[in-house]
Amino acid sequence: MARAVTNNRKALNTAIAWSIGLIIFFPILWTILTSFKTEAQAISNPPVFLFFDWTLENYSVVQERSNYMRFLWNSVFIAGGSTVLGLIIAVPAAWSMAFVPSRRTKDILLWMLSTKMLPAVGVLYPIYLLFIKLGLLDTRIGLTIVLMLINLPIIVWMLYTYFREIPGEILEAARMDGASLKNEILYVLTPMAVPGIASTLLLNFILAWNEAFWTLNLTAAKAAPLTAFIASYSSPEGLFYAKLSAASTMAIAPILIMGWFSQKQLVRGLTFGAVK
Amino acid sequence: MIYTVSRLMGACAIAALSTAAAAETITIATVNNGDMIRMQGYTDDFTAKTGHDVEWVTLEENVLRQRVTTDISTKGGSFDITTIGMYEAPIWGANGWLVPLDGLSEDYDVDDILPAMRSGLSHDGTLYAAPFYGESSMVMYRTDLMEKAGLEMPDAPTWDFIREAAAAMTDRDNEINGVCLRGKAGWGEGGAFITVTANSFGARWFDEDWNAQFDQPEWANALNFFVELMSESGPPGYATNGFNENLSLFQQGKCGMWIDATVAASFVTNPDDSTVADKVGFALAPDTGLGKRANWLWAWALAIPGGTQKEEAAKQFIEWATSKEYIELVAAKEGWANVPPGARTSLYENPNYQSVPFAKMTLDSINAADPSNPTVKPVPYVGIQFVAIPEFAGIATEVSQEFSAVYAGQQTVEEALAKAQALTNDAMEAAGYR
Amino acid sequence: MATQQSRSAARLMMAPAVILLLGWMLVPLTMTLWFSFRKYLPLRGGDLGWAGFDNYTRFIGSSSFWPSVQATLVIVGGVLIITVVLGIILALLLDQPMWGQGVVRILVIAPFFVMPTVSALVWKNMFMDPVNGLFAYVWKFFGAAPVEWLSQASMQSIIMIVSWQWLPFATLILLTAVQSLDSEQLEAAEMDGASFMSRFWYLILPHLARAITIVVLIQTIFLLSIFAEIFVTTGGAFGTKTLSYLIFQRVLESQNVGLGSAGGVYAIILANIVAIFLMRIVGKNLDA
Repeated sequence: MARAVTNNRKALNTAIAWSIGLIIFFPILWTILTSFKTEAQAISNPPVFLFFDWTLENYSVVQERSNYMRFLWNSVFIAGGSTVLGLIIAVPAAWSMAFVPSRRTKDILLWMLSTKMLPAVGVLYPIYLLFIKLGLLDTRIGLTIVLMLINLPIIVWMLYTYFREIPGEILEAARMDGASLKNEILYVLTPMAVPGIASTLLLNFILAWNEAFWTLNLTAAKAAPLTAFIASYSSPEGLFYAKLSAASTMAIAPILIMGWFSQKQLVRGLTFGAVK
Repeated sequence: MIYTVSRLMGACAIAALSTAAAAETITIATVNNGDMIRMQGYTDDFTAKTGHDVEWVTLEENVLRQRVTTDISTKGGSFDITTIGMYEAPIWGANGWLVPLDGLSEDYDVDDILPAMRSGLSHDGTLYAAPFYGESSMVMYRTDLMEKAGLEMPDAPTWDFIREAAAAMTDRDNEINGVCLRGKAGWGEGGAFITVTANSFGARWFDEDWNAQFDQPEWANALNFFVELMSESGPPGYATNGFNENLSLFQQGKCGMWIDATVAASFVTNPDDSTVADKVGFALAPDTGLGKRANWLWAWALAIPGGTQKEEAAKQFIEWATSKEYIELVAAKEGWANVPPGARTSLYENPNYQSVPFAKMTLDSINAADPSNPTVKPVPYVGIQFVAIPEFAGIATEVSQEFSAVYAGQQTVEEALAKAQALTNDAMEAAGYR
Repeated sequence: MATQQSRSAARLMMAPAVILLLGWMLVPLTMTLWFSFRKYLPLRGGDLGWAGFDNYTRFIGSSSFWPSVQATLVIVGGVLIITVVLGIILALLLDQPMWGQGVVRILVIAPFFVMPTVSALVWKNMFMDPVNGLFAYVWKFFGAAPVEWLSQASMQSIIMIVSWQWLPFATLILLTAVQSLDSEQLEAAEMDGASFMSRFWYLILPHLARAITIVVLIQTIFLLSIFAEIFVTTGGAFGTKTLSYLIFQRVLESQNVGLGSAGGVYAIILANIVAIFLMRIVGKNLDA
């Protein structure tokens, strides 16, 4: 609802919005800045903002101690795998809920969401025992499956809201023309649903990337993602702010960059089809 | 998707191959303490000697405990070696969860391990974990500030002296706190410190019939003393300070005295990290003249969970990491002050190490600790800063949370002790002791 | 209307998701229920037999139980209020014409990408530390005594950290909703002399109702099981022990799986009470 306003008004808006934006972003900025300081500068009084001796030392220390690339690859695999797997299972379900709704559709949907409310800690032992039995402990596959199950309700729900916006008449028309169910999904529905699917994919990738309970508790060395990487830098002995900042920056940078580049899709993803 | 699947299968194939080829890769869970991180840096030396590879899982202490306990109690087999402490070793050993460390090689010289450490890591005379480093606790103080205050630290101070000296050294305008002590909740953090303090005041956790003793005057005395001391001379926010927070305060020159683990001595005297490296003196932990000092006994040790497929390789690693040769390796590369302390008698007989300023006080502190006789009054348990029963970690964490709330000014000493008494008795009842 | 055939096809397509989630719910739930009636102490040799309702009475009888329920609700409620109110203000602000809107939006959504563990660590150490934290410097600069955030204002601190993480989410959803407002209607109201408050109350807020519902629903689901932020910052001390943290203490710190499982059952009940409450509102608003 852009309206014509005076430049003064616009300048005021800009100033306020930028200040708030910078305040919200500041903790991240401060972490990134601190990662380039020495440990002593990281706690210096008064704090130094930009004028310090920039150093890459923390990054090389962190890299020397832990194999960052392996953690990164595990994170990418687990977050990506669980999202793709989730989409494969969720697309047909969401499709049928959106286009062939029954009296119970909404109940099923809400029930699915409610499974997310199980407290993870409460079921740690059962799941751990199951994982041992199935040989899934410390495997990327095991984690991929768990994260897929955790996020599946959100995926189904998001897709459902997108699909519902696709006009049913188009599908009817396709059906009249004798399109099979498979073709209907493949050639009619999919193209229209791609933006929604992309948004869903992005949001779930982020949720899976940031999941820190199961990824920490079901892995050891082989499948450990970046959340485990961070756990080795939180409160060690001695001064650690700079090294913690470097490790934190390394853990959030990939997702931050990805998120910024795909901002548009993500914004749409975050709306959950709540608004048109 | 096809790409993902093929990658997946590829990964499986590689995994299968690597297990087929007999080259052992052992997975070691460890805590992110300085000495362990240093050990990781020397992994190549182990690989060169034995041909085995090592995968490290380095975690922060609380995460490590949670992770390792879950795995071992469900027999998950995720780790071939785990880093555990003196609290876990005898309990887990008694449960049959750990591989007994017998049949160690002659060169390893198991009798060289300090007797206090060896007995603390054994159950029924069988060693279940080899100490990587051991510690007691002692007073570390700033010699310059002590001089400025016109006082002299005795080798074996009393709590009253500590309080007097702390008040004299405190200079809040210049951010110098007379004394920094642990107040952070958690049985291994503030819980450990208040327990040894209470020991020196004549208090105990349980009487001979496993009744909680928080309703006794000794506990009230100890806790009141601690709270008064810290409000007079402690740093702001001490209710959330643990070992690491205090270490960093001391290194920045913000503490006059710090009573904590003896291993900290090498960090505070290391000029790379510490601004006060050349001004630190050491003394035994304080007492109140009742015969027990406020010092604990602890070791970080390496143990092999039962059920590992790689027992031999794991044993080789433990022999390497806790050997005399490892100590020499570190000494040669980084100097004697940086070797893992408190584990072997021979280290303290080595003239090179005796010249390290804190060596003697560390050994004296370790020798002053007696886990089988920790308190003034008799107790049914062993352990100084802990009670060696499986329920203790849970109980003590909750008790120390009540105490931390006192330190933060959220409740009174009396309220906290009453709650501690109730919850401890409740938990002991649930566990079937009473 | 859908034919019989497409109905059964639909059921077939829904089956994998439903069956998987049913399994994901039922298997751990059954095991949790089973454990909750057992005296299961891993450190004392494992499953020691039938315990009846002992675990249930003991868990609810503990002096920590009700405070933990309260802490959970306070955190969820506090974060919801802050994120929704600030989210609306931010959304209205970001909708105004300005220079560099895209960049501001990027800055505002950034916290959403930060792992909970990382954000808790950064806030705790680099901002809220009473000696070396940035807040302490600011306070000292203005001559005030530094606040001991995580002990003296523990609940507020945790709510603040969590709100920081979730504010981007709320803002974005609400922003999209604001952007779809009918501007002509608003302008008409403005010309009729309606004050900003009345325009906000009668035009904007009703329009945002559905978006607010989504924010509340999704955030509640995530906030009820909040764990990492508490684990890292206070470890459950200073009155910040939520129900899921209490369960964590029982299961992992005390190694009493039976007792913890009973707690898990209580947590599920609490979640369902909240859920039913939510579904009532959501069900109504989602149809609109």
